[in-house]
Amino acid sequence: MVEKGTSVLKKLEINVAEAEKRTGKNTVNMQETYTVYLVETRVSPPPTPDTLWRRYSEFELLRTYLLVTYPYIIIPPLPEKRAEFVWHKLSADNLDPDFVERRRVGLENFLLRVMSHPVLCKDKIVFLFLTEIENIFSFKSPDKRFTALKQYSDELNTAISQLLRVRARVADRLYGVYKVHGNYGRVFSEWSAIEKEMGDGLQSAGHHMDTYAASIDDILEEEEHYADQLKEYLFYTEAVRSVCRKHELIQYELEVAAQDLASKKQQREELATGMVRVFSLKGMTSKLFGQESQEQRESRLAALEQSIQEGEQALKEKNAECQEFVQTAWEDIERFKEQKDRDLREALISYAIMQISMCKKGIQVWSNAKECFNKM
Amino acid sequence: MNCRADMLAKDMLDLEEDEDLEVFSKKLLLTDEDPVANSPSSMLNQYQLDEDEQQTGGAKDLLVTVDSPESRVTAIETFIVYRVVTKTARSEFDSCEYEVLRRYQDFLWLRSRLEESHPSLIVPPLPEKFVMKGMVERFTDDFIDTRKKALHRFLNKIAEHPTLSSSRHFRLFLTAQDFSSRKTPGPGFLSRMGETVRAAAISVRGIKSRPEEFTLMQEYAERFGCKISSVDKVSRRIIKEQREYLDELKQYGPLYGQWAEVEEELREPLNLVARCVDRCGKEAEERLRHLSAVLVPALHDYVLCAEVLKTVTKRRDAIQADLETKNEALASKKADREVAELEKEVDALADRLETANSALKGDWVRWQNDMRDDLKSAFISTAEKNVECYEKCLAVWESFLLSQRRDPVERQDEDAG
Repeated sequence: MVEKGTSVLKKLEINVAEAEKRTGKNTVNMQETYTVYLVETRVSPPPTPDTLWRRYSEFELLRTYLLVTYPYIIIPPLPEKRAEFVWHKLSADNLDPDFVERRRVGLENFLLRVMSHPVLCKDKIVFLFLTEIENIFSFKSPDKRFTALKQYSDELNTAISQLLRVRARVADRLYGVYKVHGNYGRVFSEWSAIEKEMGDGLQSAGHHMDTYAASIDDILEEEEHYADQLKEYLFYTEAVRSVCRKHELIQYELEVAAQDLASKKQQREELATGMVRVFSLKGMTSKLFGQESQEQRESRLAALEQSIQEGEQALKEKNAECQEFVQTAWEDIERFKEQKDRDLREALISYAIMQISMCKKGIQVWSNAKECFNKM
Repeated sequence: MNCRADMLAKDMLDLEEDEDLEVFSKKLLLTDEDPVANSPSSMLNQYQLDEDEQQTGGAKDLLVTVDSPESRVTAIETFIVYRVVTKTARSEFDSCEYEVLRRYQDFLWLRSRLEESHPSLIVPPLPEKFVMKGMVERFTDDFIDTRKKALHRFLNKIAEHPTLSSSRHFRLFLTAQDFSSRKTPGPGFLSRMGETVRAAAISVRGIKSRPEEFTLMQEYAERFGCKISSVDKVSRRIIKEQREYLDELKQYGPLYGQWAEVEEELREPLNLVARCVDRCGKEAEERLRHLSAVLVPALHDYVLCAEVLKTVTKRRDAIQADLETKNEALASKKADREVAELEKEVDALADRLETANSALKGDWVRWQNDMRDDLKSAFISTAEKNVECYEKCLAVWESFLLSQRRDPVERQDEDAG
């Protein structure tokens, strides 16, 4: 664990203090329950610490932003999204208090790692993450398709994980049933030794019981392949999420660029008309420390004009980038959806084929056993 | 009033434990699964297939059924009575149809009278007084149902037995309305205890020249008891594993349905798979029910039979031992009067032994055939049930395949056409 008090952190103290359950409507207007974590940042010497609530997906977004912005840096990992590697709980419950507690510690560790990194700690977005109450990645006009896609990928992930977990338990139990039948083989054999007419029938029936017991090994081995096919799409959901996050990032950058431009234009207007519309530090200082000279004003205006032009160019580029991303991403997503439907349908069909094969083996064995019993 | 006091007094004198004396608080809601199957007019034995009936060589002339267990409450006890219905064409019976109520105690009486009248015959066993190892609570619905079926089997075995079915005790049991006053007590607990002690003493002392066939019989009884117990245990274990499997399976099917909710194209196949899994679960449940209703009761019956075999062979041994002892005594006696008396006793014993030996020999053959038929049919029935269940599951999955294979073909046709 990172110790508080390493070089940069002498000035900054970070705490992920608490976790709380929330329910609310998300952007696709569906009710959901999620956990939020209290992030406390203390700057020393203190004014009062900044505290705000962040949920796991915001941490994810931050990390994606860092991955994209600093591709040459090893970005610290986040704790697991789902309780994957639990040791005994029957279902992985993300709202389970123990899990939430461990995650809280993990998130705090993540922030400490980031803040103790010489480059990352200077990032403006990281700073905003720790200080801005608003969800810094919230959008004025989120793309509904991507939000729906993210929702779907979460749901698919949950559905498949639960299915895989229970399937494994069912397989385990079925194994037990088949193997116990093997005991018939041994017992029938012993019994046949003391019988005259019944002996042969019992003995041969016993052999079939052994066959039955042994058949489960191959059956379950085959089923593992089916499980693997499902697992592949479980892992795919992570890839889908990652695309959604990148999209969110690009949209965010677009909105930031637009906001930036808007505020510069505002400043230009103020400068040109001499009216202060918005409370700003610059405006106050100029009032307090006297008017500027005309030259100063004009040079500032020129600089602003320049900046505005650059900003408009940047906005145009960002817009184009965003649109291209959306278009190509969506094409790929459609392709992925078709592939997924095809693949999973095939998987279900192959599962049915496995079940049929298992039934046929069962019919065979028990028909044979019946013949033997007939000879008793 | 006096009658009742007498009856109660008789019950109190009965040194046997009153097996069905237990406060039973649950209201009995027992309905027979298949009322048709339980009526005497259907020739179905509880767990045998129709083919079995023909093995007794033609139509039965004595049909007995046990059904409708009901709770009876008196001032001092609560117990279960069973309805015993008899239909017969036999001339020894005054009428051709009888319906009486009997409790477990009455069955015990019948068995002990049969045993004492026919000590060398293999009298079928009764279900146990208590269930072993606390597997089942004493008076749950299941326990009563299992017991009822076992009692039914018991009476039918007697009805099928050439000698036992002619017993007047059996007739009394089936016909008497005023049974409690007419059933004369048997030798009772103490004398039966004495018999067992003697038998044990003999087995310690040993017999000089036991005919080989009876030695073989005893050895067989010992080993058979062991093996059949094992088969019984394995079968119960299978039931337990199957139940646990079913518990998990019940959670599995619905998960496909939950997944289907978030899908579009995949929704239909996923829902179908959910239905297939649920259907297979039902078949597994059916297999389980059959094991509990058919195979295990049959096996358990023969576990009890093994004990009966041992008892009967020991009883025969006791007679032989008695004879040998008396013979030895005779050899050492000199006085005429004593010799004459002993000779009479020896003759009587020798007669008894010969009767016992031939009765047992005959019944032994009969028992072996019966055992083979019963267990064979129980195993066959189990195998058939398993095949049937697998076939149903097969059909279900094949229909799923069919539903899935149809669509792409149709689409191809549309594209081509």
